[in-house]
Amino acid sequence: MKAKDFCDLLKQQGFNFFTGVPCTILKDIINFLTRDNSIIYVPATREEEAIGIATGAYLGGKKPVVLMQNTGFSNSIGAITSLVLLYKIPMLFVISWRGYKGKDAPEHRIIGRCVLKLLEDIDVPAQILTEENCEKAVLTAVEVISKQQTPSAIMIRAGIINEQK
Amino acid sequence: MNRSEAIKIVVNALGEKELLVAANGLISRDLAALKDAPRNFYMLGSMGLGSSIGLGIALSLPNRKVIVLDGDGNILMNLGSLATIGSLAPKNLIHVVLDNESHESTGGQPTASRTTKIDKVAEASGFRITEKVYDAQTLKKVLKNSLKCQGPSLILVKIERSDSVAPRVLYEPVEIRERFKIM
Repeated sequence: MKAKDFCDLLKQQGFNFFTGVPCTILKDIINFLTRDNSIIYVPATREEEAIGIATGAYLGGKKPVVLMQNTGFSNSIGAITSLVLLYKIPMLFVISWRGYKGKDAPEHRIIGRCVLKLLEDIDVPAQILTEENCEKAVLTAVEVISKQQTPSAIMIRAGIINEQK
Repeated sequence: MNRSEAIKIVVNALGEKELLVAANGLISRDLAALKDAPRNFYMLGSMGLGSSIGLGIALSLPNRKVIVLDGDGNILMNLGSLATIGSLAPKNLIHVVLDNESHESTGGQPTASRTTKIDKVAEASGFRITEKVYDAQTLKKVLKNSLKCQGPSLILVKIERSDSVAPRVLYEPVEIRERFKIM
């Protein structure tokens, strides 16, 4: 899927405030968002900071998305549990899945193996994006967010989204 | 000037429209005890994220002034947020850092703010206004100026340590969110 189509899908669902920290897998999405004047994209220094910014954006009336690598997600578990889940702040996490099935650089292997379990343990529902289910995954995540007033995650593996497709 | 005296001066300087984000621990407790209001967002956990929550609000509501009541221990956990705020330069954000050079909420362990000049970090990061104040009169004057001028501003308030402990914030987190959101 093209990065533009994925971003358009999110925008159609009303998401209008994006923040995060780049990852190779997310580069085309973030490059697209950075150029898009119809939304706000805030580059954060750390994923935890992005979660704070997204919380503020929600409090200010926006519909936020946080883009981060799975390592960044694991950095942010304290902020997710003691802020986002505690206050029931609706937001979408777009998480790149480095270390999927162990086929990646060594620093990604452990988190690649346990990221889904971590999400499950803190009760953040996750959809795994494939070539075929893109729209359905986004719609399911959106439904969870609005029904349960919780965050919801979309997991993106290498090669699913880029600029050329 | 101690923590609750400084918070009182900040709250009294505000009109009705300004929004407040209070750091977790004794800062939120003091604010709730001194002047509870729906416009106060009390952080219960997520230490370090007050400045980031304030930034998100300020970017989303550019016509409202947002005041972050932070502590030195809190901002030292998220110094990167000063770089982000400086680079985006929201005009409506005022960051007040109450600096007692210690983690007072957890027993007074020392922080690095005795040597790290937080106001200078903000200045180097691109904040339009940075001030360091030691007394109540100067704090009042500086706040008045920051509320009139374009930010982002960082006001570093050097305070004495104190033994006063206000009660815990009793609102449910979702209640804090809901009251704030309709402001």
